Amino acid sequence: MAVAVHEGEKWFRTCDVTGFKVDIRAEKIAKVNAVMAVVSFLIAVVAALLLVLTRWQLFHLLPVDWYYRVLTLHGLDALVFWIIFFELAALVFGSTAFLNTRMSSPFAGWLGTGLAILGWLLVNYTILTGNADVLMTSYAPLKAHPLFYLGMILFAVGALVIVTVFFANLMIWRRENPGQSLPLFVYGLMAAAIIAVITIVSGAIIYIPTFLWSLGIISDIDPAVYKLIWWGLGHPSQQINVAAHVSVWYLLAFLTVGGTSINEKVSRFAFVLYIIAINVASAHHLLVDPAVSPVWKVWNTSYVMYLAVFASMIHAFAVPSAIEVAQRRRGFTKGLFEWLKAAPWGNPAFSGLMLSMIIFGFIGGITGVVNGMEQTNIIVHNTISVPGHFKGAVVGGTALAFMSVTYYLIPLLFRKKIAFYGVSKFVPWLFGIGVAILAVSMYILGAFGVPRRHWDITFSGGPFTFTFNPVTDFFWALFGIGGILAVVGALIWILQVVVSVFFGKPFNGPQDLQIPIAEPPPPPKKGEHEGFAAPGTFVLVLLFMVAFIIFVALNYGWLSAMWEVK
Amino acid sequence: MAILPPGENWFHQKVAKDEKIWMGLAFVMSLFLFFWMIIWHVYAKQNPSFVTYKTTPEEFYQLTQAFIEKYKIGEENGIPVVKPPPGSDVFLLGRQFRWEPVLVLKKGEEYRFHISSLDVLHGFSIQPVNMNFMVFPKYDYVLTFRPTSAGEYAIVCNEFCGIGHHMMIGKIIVEE
Repeated sequence: MAVAVHEGEKWFRTCDVTGFKVDIRAEKIAKVNAVMAVVSFLIAVVAALLLVLTRWQLFHLLPVDWYYRVLTLHGLDALVFWIIFFELAALVFGSTAFLNTRMSSPFAGWLGTGLAILGWLLVNYTILTGNADVLMTSYAPLKAHPLFYLGMILFAVGALVIVTVFFANLMIWRRENPGQSLPLFVYGLMAAAIIAVITIVSGAIIYIPTFLWSLGIISDIDPAVYKLIWWGLGHPSQQINVAAHVSVWYLLAFLTVGGTSINEKVSRFAFVLYIIAINVASAHHLLVDPAVSPVWKVWNTSYVMYLAVFASMIHAFAVPSAIEVAQRRRGFTKGLFEWLKAAPWGNPAFSGLMLSMIIFGFIGGITGVVNGMEQTNIIVHNTISVPGHFKGAVVGGTALAFMSVTYYLIPLLFRKKIAFYGVSKFVPWLFGIGVAILAVSMYILGAFGVPRRHWDITFSGGPFTFTFNPVTDFFWALFGIGGILAVVGALIWILQVVVSVFFGKPFNGPQDLQIPIAEPPPPPKKGEHEGFAAPGTFVLVLLFMVAFIIFVALNYGWLSAMWEVK
Repeated sequence: MAILPPGENWFHQKVAKDEKIWMGLAFVMSLFLFFWMIIWHVYAKQNPSFVTYKTTPEEFYQLTQAFIEKYKIGEENGIPVVKPPPGSDVFLLGRQFRWEPVLVLKKGEEYRFHISSLDVLHGFSIQPVNMNFMVFPKYDYVLTFRPTSAGEYAIVCNEFCGIGHHMMIGKIIVEE
């Protein structure tokens, strides 16, 4: 599989573990982006701890101005910078090393990285100096310092430059390999990159006039137009994450157990559905807004008749079935679940993969659909259920998938041994269980009406007061415990990455590999394809479907008990 | 193999039986969710309105003041208390950091709420019934409510509106 390295192509090294030839120039760019991702993640995690200890009224740590400041910081560093920087690293590395091809333009790669870092600096600086207390969404007419908007624009332009480089790399690969199909991982990244273009263009459409407005050049930004277009950035940017982390799931299934999608056409079809349908999710945030009609809401909020949800459910079968079939070929064929029991649970990338899928599906996915249905949104909108949902989707799903794959990136990309490898196997559990507890308790608190983005739910200083159901005290305690567990898990992971990358022992080849890379399973025996390919997975996805239906029914039941409104 | 090009003939490989059944189920579920929202519009009593009027902060302030003057029955903590007749138009104004006025409504009767903001975005959240809507400046959002339970309800602001956001709490009293 290793392609012979041409003489004179001195920018390549051949990986001694995978046999891939790696463009060193691309590798450096990917490394810088990955480091920026981890730095952003560190800021986000420290902020998260402060926020958990503020909203849990038992501690109520931060003063009011710093609460909203740190919340702004947390939102942008967690939901935008950590994830997008990581994806930029993946795009650069994925479109070169995984395709055995070269970087089309290292200059453009550095330019994009530089612009993104400059934007990152401006945004973090304006927030921390108190010039952008507008939260992540910066809904006009709340106004931040012009440098804040400029920072967002520069970051977006930088990201767009790297996405362009990614497409250029694919074109080089296409020219060098006529008639070949992309590996599934890169195919998924391509879907993410296409969604990213649409997302970033929406961002430009709204941030540029808002920037001019903050400078006083434009007199007025319509608040409803702002919200509509901003969410054309805000929600689809999370769909870049979905496409990217599903790609990472396929990659991890391959690396940890040698699993391959049992039908590449089906998996690719699901990615195409993402590209077609997932971009309209701006509507999720406008369901209880004035101005937009029910027809627009229903069509858009459902991702065009739930095609994107359909796509996610296809992946929900495709990834675990890849694992199951690989394990069955190894001989773990007893009953429905021997393949699962015999899986390499001690490998942090495997346990991380499984937890990421479960949390994303059962918590992030199901709650996401209920939040995004036109009517049930009435009982969810702007309650703490909303961040509860995306803790499940983005933190439990995306962040955990990225953390898990990093255990492979440290030796293979950074060429370092993993520091404190022994603790790695606990990290996904600590982080995953923490996030799951956090997300579920937030979702339940929201069902009791607790608002998100709120410094003091005892309403001190207000003309009236309101006391939430005392049951919420219990869930606040759970919220605190879940949050602290997740923060501890994340900090251990960050410590491992930082120590490995900057102070770690060099990785000198396969003998230094701490985290196992699975051998491909033996080829299929005759007759394997008759009947069910993955009966265990089939049972698991049915279980998911039952949970899904129950949750939708429960929420519509609650809704029907509310006041009438039309 | 996620990191290698797919095998020969991948495009023509048959889909396994269980994957096919699952895709069928998932697709039916997707269509069901979509049509459910439409069915709920036709048959159920809780649907977000889309009736909206263009307004200005000045105009909406005037309308609210006129409404308060007409139906005022008292004052609570500096905020006027208003008891509009059933079936009437009700004006509720959000601004940094208060809701005006306090409303006294009758259970089981319909009221046509007009909600708007003088300054930034606010969130209109009735507790403990937990119904939530957005409030914009320059847009008059018309929501027709029929309170189906009596008691005292809070209007919590649940969209960040500035440093005093947590003090922004209003009141609706529903009488039997």
